[in-house]
Amino acid sequence: MLAEVPMSYFLTLSAILFALGVAGFLFRRSVITVFMSIELMLNAVNLSFVTFSYHHGGATHQGIEGHLFAFFVMVVAAAEAAVGLAIILTIFKNRQTLNIDDIESMKN
Amino acid sequence: MDVILFFVFAIIAVVCAINVVVQTHPISSAISLVGVMGSLAVLYLLLGAEFLAAAQVIVYAGAIMVLFVFVIMLLNAGTEKKEGKSLVVQLLGVPLLVAFLGIVAFFVQRVFPTTMVHFGGFTGGGVHEIGMALFGPYLLPFEVTSILILIAILGAIVLARKEMD
Repeated sequence: MLAEVPMSYFLTLSAILFALGVAGFLFRRSVITVFMSIELMLNAVNLSFVTFSYHHGGATHQGIEGHLFAFFVMVVAAAEAAVGLAIILTIFKNRQTLNIDDIESMKN
Repeated sequence: MDVILFFVFAIIAVVCAINVVVQTHPISSAISLVGVMGSLAVLYLLLGAEFLAAAQVIVYAGAIMVLFVFVIMLLNAGTEKKEGKSLVVQLLGVPLLVAFLGIVAFFVQRVFPTTMVHFGGFTGGGVHEIGMALFGPYLLPFEVTSILILIAILGAIVLARKEMD
């Protein structure tokens, strides 16, 4: 019994991490921390992908799709981080602030 | 042994994730996020995803977080200002979060009751299997990904050099 973990524990951990990412995304005011919360959510989803891959694959070598999806999520996250941090740099150069409450030129 | 490892690294991941959200200084959040990613890499190994565990450490904890820390240091981002949150948020936020997670955990337990995870139960996650799938049936998404990265490089360069002069 001590040698096996139920699959639902992994999915619950993924849900906890995703909810914490959502909380950080909504409540934080620093744009860099908001960005890090997005990365946290992507990591949580990756854990779900790998867990479902285990569920569908077992020892039959068939359930590799979840791993590939997680790999593509990683690639997209890397591209997103590069572009997003460039945007943050540009905002800071133009406005000298990182507080998302002060960046409101697209409001109205 | 698997249960002990799972709980140790799950608790590390959750504590570090809470730390990401509650720390006021961006550097503290970034270091905590590295902790989350490292413990998730261990959980990937437990699930038999060896290639993804290595990629997690190299790409996420290595490349992306170094980029984050670099930008935080470059911008000299200081501590976030405390502002008064509304009374509704202070009273209801944490209980609603716990209730939502409880409901999710309940349904997950009901839907997936039987599958047990043990180390070595999934052996198809090595570099060979990933490579065969990536350059076989998934060749087109792989090539599209390279175009995406090219566009991201161009976008980052254009954004970063725009108003230098």
